[in-house]
Amino acid sequence: MPRAFVIDHSQISRLFKARAIFAASVSLLLIIGLLVRLGWLQIVEYAHFADLSKENRVRLMALPPNRGLIYDRNGVVLAENLPTYHLEIIPEQVEDMEATLQGLGEIVTISEDNLERFHTSLRSHRPFESISLRTRLNEDEVAALAVNRHRFPGMDIAARLSRHYPHGESTVHAVGYVGRISERELSTIDTSNYRGTSHIGKTGVEKYYEDELHGHVGQQNVEVNAEGRILRVIDRIPPIPGSNLVLNLDIELQKHAEQKLGEFSGAVIAMEAKTGAVLAFVSKPTYNPNLFVHGISVKDYKALREGDEKPLFNRALYGQYPPGSTMKPFIGLGGLEDNAIGPRESIRCIGYYHLPNDEEHKYRDWKKEGHGLVDLGDSIEESCDVYFYELSHRLGINRIHDFLHQFRFGEKTGIDLFSERRGLLPSREWKRRVHGKIWYPGETLISGIGQGYMLATPLQLATATTALANKGRLVEPRLLKEMRDDAGEITAMSVLSVSWIKLKQPARWDLIHKSMQRVLRGKWGTARATGWGLKYEMAGKTGTAQVFSIAQDEEYDEETVAKKLRDHALFIAFAPMEDPQIVVAVIAENGEHGSAVAPIARAIMDRYLLKDAK
Amino acid sequence: MPNKFNFDTHYRSRFARTLQMVRIDPVLLFGLLILTLAGLGILYSAGDESTALLQKQGMRLSIAFLVMLVVAQIPPHQLYLWTPWVFAIGMVLLLMVLFAGDVGKGAQRWLRIGVRFQPSEIMKLATPLMLAWYLSERPLPPGFRSLVISSILVLVPTVLIAMQPDLGTALLVAAAGFFVVFFAGIRWRVLIGSGLVLVACIPVLWRMMHDYQRQRVLTLLDPESDPLGAGYHIIQSKIAIGSGGIYGKGWLNGTQSQLDFLPERSTDFIFAVFAEEFGIMGAVVLLALYAFIVMRGLYIADHAQDNFSRLLAGSLSMTFFVYLFVNVGMVSGILPVVGVPLPLVSYGGTSLVTLMAGFGMLMSINSHRRLWSK
Repeated sequence: MPRAFVIDHSQISRLFKARAIFAASVSLLLIIGLLVRLGWLQIVEYAHFADLSKENRVRLMALPPNRGLIYDRNGVVLAENLPTYHLEIIPEQVEDMEATLQGLGEIVTISEDNLERFHTSLRSHRPFESISLRTRLNEDEVAALAVNRHRFPGMDIAARLSRHYPHGESTVHAVGYVGRISERELSTIDTSNYRGTSHIGKTGVEKYYEDELHGHVGQQNVEVNAEGRILRVIDRIPPIPGSNLVLNLDIELQKHAEQKLGEFSGAVIAMEAKTGAVLAFVSKPTYNPNLFVHGISVKDYKALREGDEKPLFNRALYGQYPPGSTMKPFIGLGGLEDNAIGPRESIRCIGYYHLPNDEEHKYRDWKKEGHGLVDLGDSIEESCDVYFYELSHRLGINRIHDFLHQFRFGEKTGIDLFSERRGLLPSREWKRRVHGKIWYPGETLISGIGQGYMLATPLQLATATTALANKGRLVEPRLLKEMRDDAGEITAMSVLSVSWIKLKQPARWDLIHKSMQRVLRGKWGTARATGWGLKYEMAGKTGTAQVFSIAQDEEYDEETVAKKLRDHALFIAFAPMEDPQIVVAVIAENGEHGSAVAPIARAIMDRYLLKDAK
Repeated sequence: MPNKFNFDTHYRSRFARTLQMVRIDPVLLFGLLILTLAGLGILYSAGDESTALLQKQGMRLSIAFLVMLVVAQIPPHQLYLWTPWVFAIGMVLLLMVLFAGDVGKGAQRWLRIGVRFQPSEIMKLATPLMLAWYLSERPLPPGFRSLVISSILVLVPTVLIAMQPDLGTALLVAAAGFFVVFFAGIRWRVLIGSGLVLVACIPVLWRMMHDYQRQRVLTLLDPESDPLGAGYHIIQSKIAIGSGGIYGKGWLNGTQSQLDFLPERSTDFIFAVFAEEFGIMGAVVLLALYAFIVMRGLYIADHAQDNFSRLLAGSLSMTFFVYLFVNVGMVSGILPVVGVPLPLVSYGGTSLVTLMAGFGMLMSINSHRRLWSK
């Protein structure tokens, strides 16, 4: 038994009694204080409040603002508000609820789900508030109900605005969609501004620019009768509608890119080289956002979630792929900048490479017989691996990391979308921190050809390519072009965000440009087939990313490898070379080789650059 | 008629003896019964005369009284031994809410273990228990070291609950802890000094908050700036109370509440329904009833025979008072709306059970007294 139970100092007792008396007096005083307040309200101000109560026919109602529309750069509507018709019931005016529900069920289809929801709302509804029975009636249903309206007192067909995406499947990964406000979202928004609003941006631009699109709630005082029915509007502060957004996207170009990507899963990013304006933002496969606006059915959602295709996955933003040989121009530039190799210095490629102190382990070139004596230009044109094994061995992983970091690899590009992935740019410190292991020299070699730990998103590849195209001027991608008010006046413009990569000898940018040009024009260029008949000069680089690794003595055989284990195909490019206007990055999952997707980039550039000639 | 008189005293004393045997304090029980019955009457009017609502609340009340009866059987020294465990379990549950909580009503204050309940409710009892446990073994009035440790014991659960965010419960837990320290005899100058330090901290806290959090604090302090939101409650509730006048509009006749102008009228704002229908006369009676219960609690505290019981009883009684004061203050528009129910009257389950468990402790302290009397 603790001490305190036995010992009872009379001094403590007295102290406690004093405190208890003090507490009792304070509580009594405060209760009297409350009574004084109540007396003030109920006696002194009684007449005032009694009047207010008698006159309390005035009810304050929220007027939700109309959500801003979203357009592409040419004024094509990407997200609009369409009136939709809903079947609603005012229970107080219904004479026989059972008969009404049954009768309505004979005119339009009312599911068990609808009925259940209706009965739930019925239990907690306010007098003379209408309860929704069916949403999204089609025209025939509206007509059928309208004819039978007289049979069902208390039935109402209400028109509401619902979000609709006319080019839904093409735009969903960039524009996103709205959906019902969730419990979690309720705790982070200013709820007073969302009174009367049921939907909120869930993904894409709809989410990123939620505040601008939503607008500001208005309010009105309405007079109601003793039963709570609205008689007239006394005064109103109109809501301020959300801003209309004009995006940089060109929906025609977007659809063109989508079509050219064909059956491949993958992503295409096209950007204006000088401004970072995102012209096309394609991720395939895709899905219909209109399904989500009124709540997707469990069955539909399951179909989207399950299966290998994963259409909900935004490959352009979240897809992290080994960049493969598309890294070579960047690493070549790094080698020149750090004087690890001279611009004319040649290396002999015999089809494989090994580290000076390890003859056992061979690092192969994709070309078994080797490329022979090659310098930087040849190695980019032919995509020689051995040259880059040697170069990255000379540079070491930390210098590769530091140089590539300037191109935003391993960093967010800063596009105006949430939860962009960073990709992965490995370094010694990174491996120690994350894996708790030391870095092996062999890992430097495969990093040099964009394999191993290295990962990049399609958006990162496109952004890094702007820096190549602009000779060091890197521009962040931007989906938003400008905001406009209802009258069509521009109220805000997107701001360019630029950073500079400085080289000791700026002429080396030109060397890389020429080398990348040879990818399309050179005798051995890996994308020379795409270069035939080009009406402008394009600079590009193919890439092939291994999905699984080949053992030492195995051959990679496309015939026998299952489709989903085939290599990913990548291509980055910009054009025209002398004055770059457009940058494109393409990734086709299991596309096998970069040369296979180069035509997709060309198709986009042809359309963009030659639109006047057409 | 000596016979009848005898029968009467005989009957009364038997009743009193039975109550004493089951450790029930008849005086406190009387107050609680009258209050809860009146509460059911108000709820019937506030809840649109729904018997389903009434049945549910009646059910909860029965459970709560049962809990009180069970808790009253636990002698204080047993409670003392369990205290650190109760506190530890409460803290673990509270931490679990932060990481695995269920989202209910926009705030993370629920934890799913079989039935839905709020771990923060446990802390309303666990915090004063723990402080009383800690301070009852130290020399009183508490020294500097004891005060620092006490503050930590109060602040940790309070901050965790405020983060959920549940300001109302955080306030009650902080109050419960504060009163233990107060009854332990903290010196006046220390009390006033730390009060001043707290006030000085406000600007620092303000700078650390997000914009939307600042907005919420401003709305909290000046609800009428948001007439569609928090302010709507206050405006309507003031009209309801004021229009009740001296005698009220009569049971089931409050126009404000019956015509649905008053939101949350069966939960946090139920006092406005009462004041509208029974006027200031009713309010005087109701508040007197609350005062009676608080005074009885303090009386029990004063007559307790050890420091642990005394500190616990004092804190529980005063927390009950804070409940009442904050709720009525908020409904009548002199305190910010923080979401504290009217104790034993508002519709709702978990707070009812913890309140009655607290009264069970008071009864246990009162009835187990004689065991140690010298």
